[in-house]
Amino acid sequence: MHDRGYYEEFGGAFIPEVLHATFDELEEAFRDARHDPRFWQDYETLMSTYSCRPTPLTYAENLTEHFGGARIYVKREDLNHTGAHKANNVMGQGLLVKRMGKKRVIAETGAGQHGVATATMAAKFGFDCTIYMGEVDVERQRPNVFWMERLGAQVIPVREGTRILKDAINEAFRDWVTHMETTHYVLGTACGPHPFPEMVSYFQSIVGQEAREQILEREGRLPARVYACVGGGSNALGIFHGFMNDGVELVGVEAGGKGIQSGLHASRLSSPDASVGVAQGYKTYFLQDGDGQMRETHSVAAGLDYVGVSPILAALKHRGRVRFEAATDEEVVQALALTVRKEGLIPALESAHAFVQAFKEAPLLSSRDIVLINQSGRGDKDIFTIADAFGDPKWQKFIMDKGEKYRA
Amino acid sequence: MLESYLKERLQSRKILLMTHIVLGYPSFDESYEVVKAMVESGVDLMELQIPFSEPMADGPVILRANQEALARGAKVSQCLEFADRVCSEFSIPFLFMTYYNILFKYGVASFAQAMTHSGIGGAIVPDLPPEEGKDYLEAMEHNRLSPIFIFSPSTSLERMRFLASLTKGFVYCVARTGVTGAQTSFSQDLQSYLTRCRAATSLPLALGFGVKDRADIDFLTGKVDIAVIGTQTIRLIQEKGVGAVGNFIAGLR
Ligand SMILES: Cc1ncc(COP(=O)(O)O)c(C=O)c1O
Repeated sequence: MHDRGYYEEFGGAFIPEVLHATFDELEEAFRDARHDPRFWQDYETLMSTYSCRPTPLTYAENLTEHFGGARIYVKREDLNHTGAHKANNVMGQGLLVKRMGKKRVIAETGAGQHGVATATMAAKFGFDCTIYMGEVDVERQRPNVFWMERLGAQVIPVREGTRILKDAINEAFRDWVTHMETTHYVLGTACGPHPFPEMVSYFQSIVGQEAREQILEREGRLPARVYACVGGGSNALGIFHGFMNDGVELVGVEAGGKGIQSGLHASRLSSPDASVGVAQGYKTYFLQDGDGQMRETHSVAAGLDYVGVSPILAALKHRGRVRFEAATDEEVVQALALTVRKEGLIPALESAHAFVQAFKEAPLLSSRDIVLINQSGRGDKDIFTIADAFGDPKWQKFIMDKGEKYRA
Repeated sequence: MLESYLKERLQSRKILLMTHIVLGYPSFDESYEVVKAMVESGVDLMELQIPFSEPMADGPVILRANQEALARGAKVSQCLEFADRVCSEFSIPFLFMTYYNILFKYGVASFAQAMTHSGIGGAIVPDLPPEEGKDYLEAMEHNRLSPIFIFSPSTSLERMRFLASLTKGFVYCVARTGVTGAQTSFSQDLQSYLTRCRAATSLPLALGFGVKDRADIDFLTGKVDIAVIGTQTIRLIQEKGVGAVGNFIAGLR
């Protein structure tokens, strides 16, 4: 490896020896692709013909009026094929897999969005596909499992550890160290060993590039603040990329779960509960105990329910370039309900975290200011979780009737 | 020093046995019983794994042993106390095996000091390549401990030479790709890999991953210096209890 991918003290590549050659190969393939101007062109063409790029920028007129402060714009990553920004990274890595000549892809998934995107890419490119998903997430994101299987992927429920995203990542690595000759691991976020953080944020930078052009075209000026939710950090890095060198305040919103005080959350950069450690192949802030054992995390949004965070974001926090906040499950459900009612937009539970913070701050800004929210994904995939959060009695009855019919 | 101990021991034994246990699994008392039985039945050196919540390089059996040890409250401080005890009571060399975060959180320099204090001879840290291990290598050197690096079948000869130049004591060769606990076929395919390992270093070679019985050890005799039994004894403890360990080890050679 030429460069170990450090961002300040964070990042690196803490990988077992057996993967050394695989990472060399991956780093080289990525470097070559990056230096080949055709590669990015091919990527843009693919994303504009197979997905919906450029995704629109929506002016949220009713929410703006409701809060009576800054003008609220929403970047519509939910309109990607498969319903989230995850498609950007996945299709980009798919093109790289073709260049490397591998025939099988594996991935971890939390919310199931990354799994569905990977299974879709594999179907399109003709790759074999195995998806690792924590048992808890299989349960809360059942519709995505259904689609992954229809798309031809094998979905393996992970019963180890806390049975969520981090455990799925461990299992994907275990598969990879066994099958690296034929297989590429499509990591779903800007975490893990170098070059993944760099590579994933490179593909996601398309979000920020578009958003910057779009807002300048529409308003002739830049937003005051940009909000994005932070699981591993890929959608946040994607949109932040467009504004990194501008005087724009960048705000990452983590899962506050049942509240920071409760200890049941996934706030690595916005709570005092995390500390620097090394796990899953990289160095960053982890929610861990004094011995270095990873703790259980909690979020209503499976995609944010993760112990670590992108080393690039950890460095941006150190430099003071990005501010981090947390949104609780309860706030998230409220913001989601409001956005659906006022704008007819259905953000994913993950994305709704960014909306919470923007809604807190927009009223405090002037009507000349613009705030931009990254709607990383769509929420209709969360129908079971959202229906539960809303306690919708008609939905419950429908499910019970359906259950009766299956039993009959 | 570890290397001279091994070389001396190899004068009288054709192949040495290294075993691997997970500390605190099923309990610290039982871990102690296992060490005692292993030493008494002729094991030449032992790896003591400090449990970690994310043991990325381990397969299901060792993974679960890690999780159970942690679920029963195993702490790094208890592992260090355990090391104090076995190092003073038994005369074979003991090594720590664990993942880097355990050292990192403890403080790499303090951890190395604690190892020396206990009498631990070295460490195997599978998720720490030497490129990330500057502090570790310095601390190990400073405390005269043996950092043990790993060769895999995908390691080039050039890289094997580089790894061997930083390794002390012996080199740990994994028999195949993948994680601990899966099947390995001990066939002539291994030979060309082992020839490459041998060409890269004059240090003793240990071979692990999938070694499970006397036939495997017979196969390895004359090819490597140390056979590593990992998952198999943990499986045995799960199936037959701690009492079965002594006979099993005694029957291996
Ligand atoms: C819609 C959506 N947004 C955000 C995330 C969080 O990931 P990241 O922080 O990498 O953008 C996920 C993860 O599954 C997701 O599905």
